[in-house]
Amino acid sequence: MKNHVWRPLYVVIAFVAAILLFRYFYVPKDFGSGARGFMYAFHRKSNEEDWKKQPVKYRDTGKQKMHEFCGKCHGKEVKVRSEDLHGVIPCENCHGPAFRHPDEPRKLTIDRSRELCLRCHTSLPYTTSERKRIPGIDPKTHNVGLECVFCHNPHNPRLADRRGQ
Amino acid sequence: MLDQVAQHALQVHGEAWTVKELFVLPNEYIYWSIQIVMYPFMTGLVAGAFVLSSLYHVFHVEKLKEIARFSLVFSFALLPVAMMPLMLHLQQPFRGINVLMTPHFTSAISAFGIVFLTYASIVATELWLVYRQHFVLSAQALQAKQNRSVMDSIFLLIFNCLTLGARDLSHEAIEKDHRACTRMAGIGIPVACFLHGYAGFIFGSVKANALWMTPLMPVIFICSAVVSGVALCILCYVLVQEIRKFMAKRKMSRWAREASAPTVAELDGAEHEEVLLASNYLLYFMIAALTLEILDLIFRGYTQVKSWDILRKVIMERDFFKIFILQYTIGNAVPFLMMSLPGRTVRRTTLATVLVLFGVFMMRYNVVIGGQAFSLSFAGFMEYHLPIVPEDWETFKEGLFGALTVAATPFVLFYFINKVLPVFGMKESH
Amino acid sequence: MKRRDFIKNCIVVIAGASVPLSALVMVDPKKVLAANPEIQWAFLIDTTKCVGCGFCVKACKTENDIPFNANITRTWVERYVFTMDDQRYIDSPKGALYGFTDSRVDLGMGEFKEIDPRNVGKAFFVPKLCNHCATPPCTQVCPVGATYKTDDGVVLVDRTWCIGCGYCIMACPYAARYFHPTLKVADKCTFCYHRITKGLETACVNACPFGARKMCNIHDTNDRNTQVILRERVGVLKDDFGTKPQAFYIGLAQEVR
Repeated sequence: MKNHVWRPLYVVIAFVAAILLFRYFYVPKDFGSGARGFMYAFHRKSNEEDWKKQPVKYRDTGKQKMHEFCGKCHGKEVKVRSEDLHGVIPCENCHGPAFRHPDEPRKLTIDRSRELCLRCHTSLPYTTSERKRIPGIDPKTHNVGLECVFCHNPHNPRLADRRGQ
Repeated sequence: MLDQVAQHALQVHGEAWTVKELFVLPNEYIYWSIQIVMYPFMTGLVAGAFVLSSLYHVFHVEKLKEIARFSLVFSFALLPVAMMPLMLHLQQPFRGINVLMTPHFTSAISAFGIVFLTYASIVATELWLVYRQHFVLSAQALQAKQNRSVMDSIFLLIFNCLTLGARDLSHEAIEKDHRACTRMAGIGIPVACFLHGYAGFIFGSVKANALWMTPLMPVIFICSAVVSGVALCILCYVLVQEIRKFMAKRKMSRWAREASAPTVAELDGAEHEEVLLASNYLLYFMIAALTLEILDLIFRGYTQVKSWDILRKVIMERDFFKIFILQYTIGNAVPFLMMSLPGRTVRRTTLATVLVLFGVFMMRYNVVIGGQAFSLSFAGFMEYHLPIVPEDWETFKEGLFGALTVAATPFVLFYFINKVLPVFGMKESH
Repeated sequence: MKRRDFIKNCIVVIAGASVPLSALVMVDPKKVLAANPEIQWAFLIDTTKCVGCGFCVKACKTENDIPFNANITRTWVERYVFTMDDQRYIDSPKGALYGFTDSRVDLGMGEFKEIDPRNVGKAFFVPKLCNHCATPPCTQVCPVGATYKTDDGVVLVDRTWCIGCGYCIMACPYAARYFHPTLKVADKCTFCYHRITKGLETACVNACPFGARKMCNIHDTNDRNTQVILRERVGVLKDDFGTKPQAFYIGLAQEVR
């Protein structure tokens, strides 16, 4: 090792050592391969907890679980509405995500727009799709400019039922 | 927080330069744009320049002596620039260091930091071995100087550091330098090829992309890298020689006024010889690169797997002009004829190298952008519109001016590096 | 020993000792999985039930704080319309964020195609999302270990570590990934990891009124959805890439890619 031509190598080694020293302080200590091995699970372990901490916004669990969240306070309403024609649609799809309701937001913003109804009720001529079973209208001709809720009860939109009430 | 409807539609990365046609999946954009075209192009120049210099250092092609030293220094100037487009295209450039900190070796990109640094140290070592004598002599000359200016003192410090304390200039020591240099160049060739072949691997290993995924990609990239690197070295060498001839004629520079300065005729002779020899190597590598590219194309057309329908539309219709006219005709066929027809002159070769460089650039462009010109659904197309007038930082760096900045940087660097590592007028070097 | 030699040796020892051996240990995932069979999340999509309302897309964007009108989405719904004269039209305007409220098919570049209802052959909707592949190419290619597969089978992105190179976006054959417009990191479906780990269903499953989207633990053979996956004829998307997708489809047509 007396030969002077090796000197650049020492510089390189010093450089590598510097990088490794920096790495020691820079990289989080929980970085490593999980049970799935290096190829698919080389990561910072605590990131999984970061993701779990995201806030839940849609709180209600739907008809199958008897509207666990909404039902706690609005039990009577929920029970009636579940039997309605639109009972299968989760409350929060139109009423908006509950988030921390009733603390935040105190009052949910209900989407009563025509566009919301049109998501399902625009007539599309697809006989092989489930869409054919849903009553549809042509938004360009059906009472243009009028909100659907003007005539239809959003929970039970059949006009015949409304007349009966 | 929950009132989403009022939110303004945000510009998504890629939206500014992507035009979608027919059915393209909602998340598909041309995410890799002009900077990723520049990346393999610049890396290719580095690798090619180094291979050219190694022809002299390893295989002792004596005639390439001048151009070899030039291309070695130039490849050093190109090195940081190979990294620049990558840094510019990162969405989180300050986290770029993570590639070295937690390298995930199953990724082709993770090797970049390590391969790149290995390669950089090899080039730097080789330069040190070639220039050690110069460093020591310069340091001694500056030391001996009576009244040093500030600049002189700075240079003295730089040269003193650069010697790394090895000031032995005996014949034996110089011989050792030479032998080590040959060895470093020998190690350097495979590393240079690896550096670039692996740039090809980054693309070739993306199985989701029908155009990129071919094992030929790394080999094609290496061959075209050498082509572009040699072409750029010839071009720059000729330009520098022309400037020197001009200065020798007018006795403009300090060295030109010295008694030992080369005459115009000498310069002319050296230029002619070196350029023609280097362009021979250029021709060989061009043949290899073209053969592989055409093979890939023919193979895709012949086997006609699922992706061929959409690839044919991209290659034969939508990108026909860019691929067959700009790349193959102007960038390959024309310069090939120019260099292979008898009666080749320096001027004609120089013009050919310009076309070759353009051809290799178009090849990178057609691979990188062309690979994203069709949807993963195989039912739609995306068209790339290079942002020219920058509206914000993103359209600057991913636009024409970002690419030009990258292209201009090596020349600026070369100018400064040349102050410490003079390419020409060094009598005592090997 | 001279002082210089001592320093030299020290540097050599330090460099050698700090080589990150831990990063190189390879574990066979199959062995480990066989030992820990508890939870493997899987997704079940019944394309015959989907009506293209896009409530799932809306719920996903709201739940996960994805800029609502930005033209990227974690989940989306595609419309396939085949005509009797063998033409095929596919679209997904804004990923079906507002559903399909136009009978014309979006051809891109501001063009729309009106199809004669009598000419329509089969037509259907296909919801898509990240397939959370068993062998995800996106995590394989991440250069820094910022994206990974959790032990329960969900592919996540570490937003504090992602360098934004876009390699994972390129590697995904399903175009499930994109750059988050404000955070500037790669982003994708997380199977609503914050929900499923609390016993809730994902936002999209929760929002679907028609039961077109379902989730299950594929190791829980008592689960009805798991039984569907194991007993019925279900398909996956683009299995030729060897990604082993964990989103299973009922009623998949071979034209769906």
